Amino acid sequence: MKALAARRHHPMALLVILLLALVATGGLYAAFQPRTAQAETYTADDIQQGEALFLANCATCHGRSGEGLQDADGNTLGPSLIGVGAAAVDFQVGTGRMPMENSGAQAWRKPPQMNEEQTRQLSAYVASLGPGPSLPDEQYLDPANGDATKGGEIFRINCAMCHNAAGAGGALTRGKFAPTLDGVEPKHVYEAMETGPQNMPVFNDDNLTAQDKNDVIAYLHALEENGSPGGLSLGSLGPVTEGLYAWTIILSLLTACAVWLGAKAK
Amino acid sequence: MTTTTPSSQKQDAQPGRVARLGAVGGDWLDQRTAGGGLVKFLGRKIFPDHWSFMFGEVALYSFVILLVSGTFLTMFFVPSMDEVVYDGVYGPMQGAHMSRAFESTLHLSFEVKGGLLFRQMHHWAALVFMVAIFVHMFRVFFTGAFRKPRELNWLVGFSLMVLGMVAGFSGYSLPDDVLSGNGLRVVDGLMKGIPIVGTYLSMLLFGGEFPGHDIIPRLFTIHILLVPAAILGLIAIHLTLLVLSKHTHYPGPGRTDRNVVGFPVFPVYAAKAGGFFFLVFGIITLISATTAINAVWIYGPYDPSPVSAGSQPDWYMLWTDGGLRLIPGWEFTIFGYVISLNILLPMAIYGGLLAFLALYPFLEAWVTGDDREHHVLDLPYNNPVRTGLGVAWITIYLILALGATNDLIALKLHLSINDLTWLFRVSIFVAPVLVFYITKRLCIAMQRHKRGLALHGVETSKVVRMPNGEMLEIHEPLNEYDRWVLVQHDDFRPLKAGKGVSALRAKATSFFFKDYISPVTPAELREALDHAAHEKHEIDAVTGGDYTVPSAKVGH
Amino acid sequence: MTDNLDGTTPAKGVSAIAPKEGGGFPNPGLPPHVHRQADTDKRAEKRAEKIVAGMFVLSILGTVLFIASYFVFTPMDTNLLAEGGTLRAVFWSNLFTGLGLAIAVFFIGAAAVHWAKTLMPDDEMVEERHATRSSDESRDRAVEIITGGLQESGIARRPVIVTAMVGALAALPIAVLAPLSTLGPLPGNKLHHTFWKPGMRLTRDHDGTPIRADEVAMNSIFHVMPEGLTEETPHFLNERAKAAAVIVRIDPAIGKNEESLANGHQGILAFSKICTHVGCPVALYEQQTHHMLCPCHQSTFDVTDAAKVIFGPAHRPLPQLPIEVDAEGYLVATGDFPEPIGPSFWDLHKDK
Repeated sequence: MKALAARRHHPMALLVILLLALVATGGLYAAFQPRTAQAETYTADDIQQGEALFLANCATCHGRSGEGLQDADGNTLGPSLIGVGAAAVDFQVGTGRMPMENSGAQAWRKPPQMNEEQTRQLSAYVASLGPGPSLPDEQYLDPANGDATKGGEIFRINCAMCHNAAGAGGALTRGKFAPTLDGVEPKHVYEAMETGPQNMPVFNDDNLTAQDKNDVIAYLHALEENGSPGGLSLGSLGPVTEGLYAWTIILSLLTACAVWLGAKAK
Repeated sequence: MTTTTPSSQKQDAQPGRVARLGAVGGDWLDQRTAGGGLVKFLGRKIFPDHWSFMFGEVALYSFVILLVSGTFLTMFFVPSMDEVVYDGVYGPMQGAHMSRAFESTLHLSFEVKGGLLFRQMHHWAALVFMVAIFVHMFRVFFTGAFRKPRELNWLVGFSLMVLGMVAGFSGYSLPDDVLSGNGLRVVDGLMKGIPIVGTYLSMLLFGGEFPGHDIIPRLFTIHILLVPAAILGLIAIHLTLLVLSKHTHYPGPGRTDRNVVGFPVFPVYAAKAGGFFFLVFGIITLISATTAINAVWIYGPYDPSPVSAGSQPDWYMLWTDGGLRLIPGWEFTIFGYVISLNILLPMAIYGGLLAFLALYPFLEAWVTGDDREHHVLDLPYNNPVRTGLGVAWITIYLILALGATNDLIALKLHLSINDLTWLFRVSIFVAPVLVFYITKRLCIAMQRHKRGLALHGVETSKVVRMPNGEMLEIHEPLNEYDRWVLVQHDDFRPLKAGKGVSALRAKATSFFFKDYISPVTPAELREALDHAAHEKHEIDAVTGGDYTVPSAKVGH
Repeated sequence: MTDNLDGTTPAKGVSAIAPKEGGGFPNPGLPPHVHRQADTDKRAEKRAEKIVAGMFVLSILGTVLFIASYFVFTPMDTNLLAEGGTLRAVFWSNLFTGLGLAIAVFFIGAAAVHWAKTLMPDDEMVEERHATRSSDESRDRAVEIITGGLQESGIARRPVIVTAMVGALAALPIAVLAPLSTLGPLPGNKLHHTFWKPGMRLTRDHDGTPIRADEVAMNSIFHVMPEGLTEETPHFLNERAKAAAVIVRIDPAIGKNEESLANGHQGILAFSKICTHVGCPVALYEQQTHHMLCPCHQSTFDVTDAAKVIFGPAHRPLPQLPIEVDAEGYLVATGDFPEPIGPSFWDLHKDK
């Protein structure tokens, strides 16, 4: 302490402190800066393995080098994957949406066909095709790092109109839909916002910052944590299910009472 | 009033201390209120007993629960749109800006003991209130209980239904959440669509532009004062008219248009009806303890920018949303002014549906020319056209309500919302006609079946083969009590135009009664019985009068 | 069967009721009474009594549970199953107080009904009805009172008073319009203008930060509000309700409407977020089809074609906010929406 105090009087001290502060700020900035470049390092082996998986599972629709394919009528079989990045692959394959079972209005979430390692290798291969969003930084996936109140505001303005205020999902045009967010991993929530899978618009970091996305994750986590203090939530679908409940369960109970009351005792 | 008192069950009462106290108290009260007359008038009034008569009571009792739970809520709810910053226990709202109304709703839900329970009871009771009103109305409609002298009471009940919708909607909007706020915005849009005065009406309702700063306090006054007062007044009229006309009863032996058969108010009916209040109360409480309703904290405080997928009003307003979803984008500009048919046409349809319901008793009375008092109910199948019309009305109502839920149906059944919308657009024209026809034919089939039953009695599944090879089933004739229910109803025939009957009315009577199955007449029954007796004679000749095991006995 | 209760024949003219042959069947009268078990069997009677009393006791237990839950399952303080001040505590509080109350009231009802059904007399009784109309004497007297009263008032002899009275009664309701008019201001030109002014930046709705054109990625959507519209702005919510907009970015090559593209910036287009049908926020954007869907009534707008309606009840396209890029690269409005936003109304097309 003494030495430091003594040196502080030196005219160079100010410069040293300034430099230190700059470095610290820069380091912090670098640490908190949302990364758009490759965060995860993939080995050449990963990419090679990924390519093999790609050719076996994805190339029939997306083309042998991920360039996308069209059928004879000009309809897209599978879009180009050049530049979609590792995040898109991790979301699509990690939630089981890809490989797709059969073409329909929209790919469904199902148990993933690829294990984590295979998903990583596929991501590595697709990421090597062209620069795109990489996997999210772990720190933005932890609900504890987000502000649920802010996340709630962001969610209501940007997400609830499609996914429903409770995240129960909603219908889009012609059989498409916004899926329920119940039980979706924070990583996939983040990646979906980042990459805009299927008809979901892209909410990249220029629109909602990494911290904003973290806030949304915190809000969804809080919704799940809080549960339904009033009892059965009836799917959180709002007045329609409540009305249906009144017309079925409650009316049956009331009718049973009325019938019992009106029936002659034995 | 002649009331037959039961001979049995008379307890010889020893005037005990309680009885003496009662006598003193009764005397004290009677000298000040003449209450004795009231007890004499009401105490032994007869009420018929049937489960389907209980839904009006369900509505009444839900209303009582609404008043009680609503009073509790007013102690904590603040109908103000002033902006506050939330600092209560609900984490994901802490620090959020919201209106006092929303904040106080969160406060009374989470921090007031029993607050959430009372809030849920209030909301569930509101849904049950409307369910019960509709079921009660259907019962009255399909049994023809609206006929003379009860047309006015039908109108009073109809008004109660409409007021119930107003009460419900105004209450639903009070918490000032995103869901109900968007509902109010739809109301604003509907008002603006009214030609000439629309924008003025909207400005008057909201105290300026939507959403303004006044709508919640205004709805609060409407919700807790204006509408409940009107409902209470109409309930008083409804019940007074009920006592005046006495309750209807189902057809049965001993029951006529000139009497009422049932149980006396005191003690049987008082115990049953009083007990039923507690049953309804208990069921609504049980539901409120176990099932969440209107979790406004999930919808969030109202702000004009957000909206949630699956935005619907409470069920009784669903049908008013359905038309708005099904109507194509028809809007015209005439001389520079806009006519929003995409708003006006649905509203006209709603008005038409309500008008049909309100005026049906008068329409039917005009068709039949029936000026008698009716106190014995119709069995729904004995009036196929009325029943068909009622079911067709319900079908339209249902399609509108389903139309209002097309997004949820699409989501849950994985269908296309556009296809569903088209399906409902077509079926709102086709389905009522189809359903009317099917219902009418079903009723007629039932009438035929009941007619056969009255004439030939019950099949005993005992079959006898006659010497000529003919198979005869032995029928057990009905006793006169059971038969009476099947033969007591009125007979109708279409009228011919002329002689004071307009061509329109002749057509209407033909529409109503051209396929009408006449009830069995005594002459027809005599003939049938003669025939049966003759048959029995033949069967006896074959079987020797013993047909307990006919298949074994019958032979050449 | 075609006469009234009081024996008179219907005065309404021809009716569609067909008279029944021989007046139809005679009413057989009430069927013989069937006794219940408790009427004949002392043991059954005792059993019924026990059940009724038991249900009343059950109700008392429910009341005890209700009161106890009020103290041991509170939302904020003591709670046996959760930490006070959490939503779990609210859940248990609601459940136990509710169950207690439900048991307390339900079994009072069940006991009363069971009592009435099994132990009170169940002989059906008959009460005579009388025609609803009042007797002829009452009617005559009523007519007498009314005509006499009218005569006493002299209404027929004093036409001046009658005319004046009718005038007064007709005029009074007009007075009601005056207080009614104080409920709100006149529309004026309010519905024709929003907060957007030329040069105003487009900012993110959720945090108020301005948006640079190069931040708007292809196939993204931004929910925007005008810069400077804050909680301090007078009529904050009213302004938000009108100014709410979205920006989307499409490939200009797929744009079908030149004018719409010209009002945007390199495929960045800004539209009102308020549905032109009845005013819900639209904003369900499908980035592949470029359709915007309204969650309330499913109006669907094609943003590649100036937000023209392609399905549903809306008629007018979503008004487009003309935008450009300012010197610092931020998106700014070049003016207000060209026509009123939100639901159509009568004098929408009038310039104000």
